Amino acid sequence: MYNAMELMICVASRLLEDGATVGVGTGAPCAAAMLAQKTHAPGLLVAFEAGGLAPMLPAMPISVGDSRTTHRALMATSMCDIMEACQRGVMDYAFLGGAQIDAYGNLNSTVIGDYKEPRVRFPGSGGANDFASFCWRTLIITQHDRRRFVEEVDFLTTPGFLTGPGAREAAGLPSGGGPYRVITDLAVMSFDEDTCRMQVESLHPGETFEEVQRNTGFELGQVANVAETVPPSEEELCILRDEVDPDGLIIGR
Amino acid sequence: MTSSENTGRGPLFTDPDPDVARAFFREKKGALTDKLMSVPDAVARFVHDGDYLASGGFGGNRIATALLHEVVRQERTDLGFAGHTTTHDFQILAAGTRTGKLIFSRLDAAYILGLEARGLSAQARRLMESGEVEVCEWTNYALACRFRAAATGVPFVPVRSMLGTDTFRESAAKKIACPFTGKSLTVVPALYPDVALIHVHESDLFGNCRIRGITVADWDLSRASKRVIVSAERIVSTDEIRSDPNATAIPAFCVDAVCHVPYGSYPGNMAGEYFSDEVHLKAWLDAEQDVAAYRVFLDKYLYGVDCFESYLEICGGEERLAELRRLENN
Repeated sequence: MYNAMELMICVASRLLEDGATVGVGTGAPCAAAMLAQKTHAPGLLVAFEAGGLAPMLPAMPISVGDSRTTHRALMATSMCDIMEACQRGVMDYAFLGGAQIDAYGNLNSTVIGDYKEPRVRFPGSGGANDFASFCWRTLIITQHDRRRFVEEVDFLTTPGFLTGPGAREAAGLPSGGGPYRVITDLAVMSFDEDTCRMQVESLHPGETFEEVQRNTGFELGQVANVAETVPPSEEELCILRDEVDPDGLIIGR
Repeated sequence: MTSSENTGRGPLFTDPDPDVARAFFREKKGALTDKLMSVPDAVARFVHDGDYLASGGFGGNRIATALLHEVVRQERTDLGFAGHTTTHDFQILAAGTRTGKLIFSRLDAAYILGLEARGLSAQARRLMESGEVEVCEWTNYALACRFRAAATGVPFVPVRSMLGTDTFRESAAKKIACPFTGKSLTVVPALYPDVALIHVHESDLFGNCRIRGITVADWDLSRASKRVIVSAERIVSTDEIRSDPNATAIPAFCVDAVCHVPYGSYPGNMAGEYFSDEVHLKAWLDAEQDVAAYRVFLDKYLYGVDCFESYLEICGGEERLAELRRLENN
C-alpha cells in the first residue's frame, strides 16, 4: 500500500531523466528529485535557488538555503548565479507548488481575495516566477480540489501559459518555456499543444475522469488515450521511505 | 500596448539615482579603522527611525538575529524593509515594538511571512492582512538584481522574469524594448538600502569578512547598502584575512560596524557551524497562534531579554548549542 503523497512523489520523480537539470524547492519537489537520483537518474543535477548547486543531499532540507543544500555540493554560490543559469537556458525543469492554479497553469502564491484587501496573504513569488519564466519545463505538484483548481487565479503570481497560445512570447518571456505536467493526488495533467489548456494525461488507480473534473473549477481536456498512472513500485517505496524521507516529514508516518 | 501595461503600479520606496548614491559613497572612507563595537552601540549609531533596512542571509540561514532583536528592543519605527527571502528575520521584525508600534511600514516583498517547509507565521499574516504596511511586489531574483544594480552603480538592471503577471503589475518595475534585439525586458530599479544587517563567519576589526556556504545576495547587498553592520561568529586578525584574499566576501570599505556575536544566527542555521533550532522555531510559530500567549512569549524571549547572550541562555545555553553543532557537523 501507499498514500497519495507517495504516489505523487514517485510519479514526479519519473519525469526527471538522468542527466537533466532541475531547480527545486523544499518538500515534495525535493523528495522527487532525491528519489530520482537514487533510482533511474543518478546524474540528475539539482539546484537550489539560494545558491546550493548539486549537493549530495544527506537528508531532506528544511530550507532551500540550509546547509544540507550544499552538503558535498559541487558549488556553494549565490542566488543570482543559480537564477542566471536558468535565465541563460541551462535549467530543464523547475518544480513548483501554489495556492491556486488555472487551466493555463498560471499559479497564485500571493493573495486570496482582492490584492489591496486580501482575505489571506501568502509569501508571494519567492523564486517561483523566476523559475517558471526561465526554465524550459515547469512541473507543478499540488493537491487536487476546486479551491485550488480555479477558473481564474485571484492573483497571477507565476506565469503558466498566461492567456493561451503565444501569450508568453507576446509578454516578452523567453520563448519555448511553460508548464509541462501537473501532478496531483488524482491524476497527471499535461497541456494541449494547440490551446495550452490543461488536459488529463493519466488517472491514478481507481480515479475516473468525471471525478477529476468534479474536483476542478474549469473545464478539463483529456488526451486521446488516457492511461492509468503506474503505481509506485516496491523499490521506489522502499527508497522513498528508508532513504529519502525516513522521518516521514513529507510522506507522513 | 498601453503605457500602464509597461509600468508596474507599486510604490518605489527608495531613490535609484546613482549620482545621489555616488555622492554618499564618496564620503565612505577606505582607511582601515577599528569598527568593533557592541550590538546595542552599532544599532544605536547606524539604524535610525525611517531608514530603509535590509537583512542578509536567507530567512533562517545565516541571519543577523542578534542585530534584528536589538532593532526591536531599541524600538526603531517607520522603517522600510526588503522582504528578500525573509522568513524568521521577517517574523522577528513583524513582532513590532514592546509598546505595539510597527517596526516597518514600507515593504518590498519577494518572499515574506512564510518559514518555508515549517509553515506560515500567524503574526506576519496578521500584520500583512491588516493593511498597515505599504507593499510592492517583486521576485527573489528581481529583488536580488535591485541590489545588484545598486552594487554596480547603475540605475537599473534588465531581467526576463515578472513579464505578463500580476507580480509585475504590483511592482515598481518597468517594461522596455531591448535597444539591441527589440525583445521585451523587465527593468528593475537600483535599491540602495540605508542599512544592511549581515551575519558572517569571520571578520577582522575593520570589517573584512569571510562567508562559508552560499552567499545568497550578500555580495551585492553589502556593496549596495549605504551602511553595513556585520555580526561575526569569530573575529580574526587582518594577517589571517591577508593570508587568503580569495576567501574575503565583503571588503572593509563597505562596513561601518563589526560586532562579535558567536551563535549570532541562532535559531537559524549557520553553514559549517550549527544547524537551525527547529524546536525553538516551532515554539515561536506555535506561540503566534494565540495573541495572549504570543505576548508572553515575546516578553520572555525578546522584549524582556537584556542581550542576545541572555536569549541564548534561556533557549538552552551551551548544552543546546552544542547539540546544534553536532547536528550540523555529523
